[in-house]
Amino acid sequence: MTPALLQIKNLVKHYSNVQAVNGIDITLDSGICFGLLGPNGAGKTTTVEILEGINEATSGEILYKGKPLGDTFRKEAGIMFQSTALQDFITVRETLQMFADFYPVQADLDDLIKRCNLTEYLDQDNRQLSGGQRQRLLLAIALVNEPDIIFLDEPTTGLDPQARRNFWNLINDIKAEGKTIVLTTHYMDEAYTLCDEIAIMDHGKIIAQGTPKALLKANFNDVILQLPDTEIMDLEHLPFTVHKRKGHIEITTSDVDEVVSLLIENNISLAHLQIRSRTLDDLFLELTGKELRV
Amino acid sequence: MLFKRFMALLHTRNKEFIRDRSSLGWNIIMPVLIVAGFAFAFSGDIGEQFKVGILNQAEASDASKKFLSLKHIDFYQVDDQEKAVIKVQRHQVDMLLDAKNQQYWVNSESPSGYLVEKILLTDDDEKFQKQTVSGKQIRYLDWVVPGILSMNMMFSALFGVGFVIVRYRKNGMLKRLKATPITAFEYLSAQIVSRMILIMIVTAFVFYGTHLFVDFAMYGSHLSLFLVFALGALSMISLGLVVAARITSEEMAGGLLNLFSWPMMFFSGVWFSLEGAAPAMQMIAEVFPLTHVTAAARSIMVDGAGLLDVSYHLLVLTGQSIVFLLFGSWFFKWD
Repeated sequence: MTPALLQIKNLVKHYSNVQAVNGIDITLDSGICFGLLGPNGAGKTTTVEILEGINEATSGEILYKGKPLGDTFRKEAGIMFQSTALQDFITVRETLQMFADFYPVQADLDDLIKRCNLTEYLDQDNRQLSGGQRQRLLLAIALVNEPDIIFLDEPTTGLDPQARRNFWNLINDIKAEGKTIVLTTHYMDEAYTLCDEIAIMDHGKIIAQGTPKALLKANFNDVILQLPDTEIMDLEHLPFTVHKRKGHIEITTSDVDEVVSLLIENNISLAHLQIRSRTLDDLFLELTGKELRV
Repeated sequence: MLFKRFMALLHTRNKEFIRDRSSLGWNIIMPVLIVAGFAFAFSGDIGEQFKVGILNQAEASDASKKFLSLKHIDFYQVDDQEKAVIKVQRHQVDMLLDAKNQQYWVNSESPSGYLVEKILLTDDDEKFQKQTVSGKQIRYLDWVVPGILSMNMMFSALFGVGFVIVRYRKNGMLKRLKATPITAFEYLSAQIVSRMILIMIVTAFVFYGTHLFVDFAMYGSHLSLFLVFALGALSMISLGLVVAARITSEEMAGGLLNLFSWPMMFFSGVWFSLEGAAPAMQMIAEVFPLTHVTAAARSIMVDGAGLLDVSYHLLVLTGQSIVFLLFGSWFFKWD
């Protein structure tokens, strides 16, 4: 039987008096995009850094293709940190060539440059790149060794909507090549769009894991109805829970027909009624709470 | 594979340094300006006073005492006759007088030596025995240039490697490299070799460029001087690695590098001779790599010494390089 691409068993990481990772187990098969989500301080960055081989676990086991992390992993893994400084006075082309020279297997750089839309900036100093260009270069660096597994740590943080969508397309292209991706992100829409499987971490533990759709189905059997708050003057007498939001109200229900009937009976206009399904944002807040994490 | 990764790092670091015009310019311009400044400052007479070294001052004869009572002559006590005679040869001292045995040494080519001799022999020519030495004048400029070249090398080595590594650690560049197959040994070797190449090129440029318009002494072999500077650069770059091995703050690195560089600048014999300094200071100076680079370079440039003559300094520099390198590599952290 072929071993899983990456297998994590009972991973634990303690700092002096903080238990950052508290016994997590993950098994990753080839060709999937795995999302690791969690609030700040949940332990996801520590987990990913241990998986990337740049941080050491206190205990537990990590197997890559059935063997402990080692030289093979370093050569076959592509890594994109959230923020990496690049050398000043060095061009995009030179940066890519330098990283390529570190590896025994190198991607076709011309092809990589084209795929990551870097052609126009090849001779530009790293310092002169915009946020989006820089992220695309960092992605290209992560792909420079034709990796089997790619770690992307919050790759679209700070990008404008166009640059984010562009980046998603690049990630989808990588997925289409059958490569395995481990993605950490704070954007739930990003995780929903890109990930085949997600794990939500909190307090160093995985509190939910599965496909985004399966997790939503398992945790929610209701939808949310939204109405402008000008439509409803008296909320008290309605027989369901109503949440006031800025400019509108939200009614959470598993029986849309019943709510709509009641609204009609109460002469409430449905002209601006919106019905939305539960999202990963809802699930995230439901599981990890709404208090601010620092 | 190791060589390919090493070369990739080396090329990139070299390009980064060469393209950083302001830093490169400063590395070249600063020592040229210092040498030119000294050439200008010491181009005329340094002072009117004569300088006379005195041997056996405590047992001075009556005739010697009379001479020693004269004003406007700088008398200073000497213990080592051999070294003092060399100073007379170099015109660094106008006369050496053995006050007990009434014997004196003057340089036959020194006008100041001639004048001070006339003062000594005013009363009775027969009381003092003359020893004539000869030798080309060694000006302060000749004496100080080897130190300035070494000092410039020290700043480039310490800050050029130490500071850069700390900056890369702080901004995450080292962490990114750690995630590649690059080893600490490959990375540090590339940094050392890159900086050595650049230091040697810049030092050669400063040496020959300055020599075009400032005539300083160079009596030894250029190849020997090259070897001394190469070993000195290696030793001081390695010291920079030790400082930068774990620090993550540029401010802390700057402070520590200054802590090493400033005492070295003042107490390694760059600006003044340590011969008359307190024994404790001489012992401390002995630990500084800059002391040995300066002393060896000065011996080659001013005395025309060979490698064998400066072998003690070369040995110390080699030992220091090995110790610093081993410790720096062992202590090194990527993040």
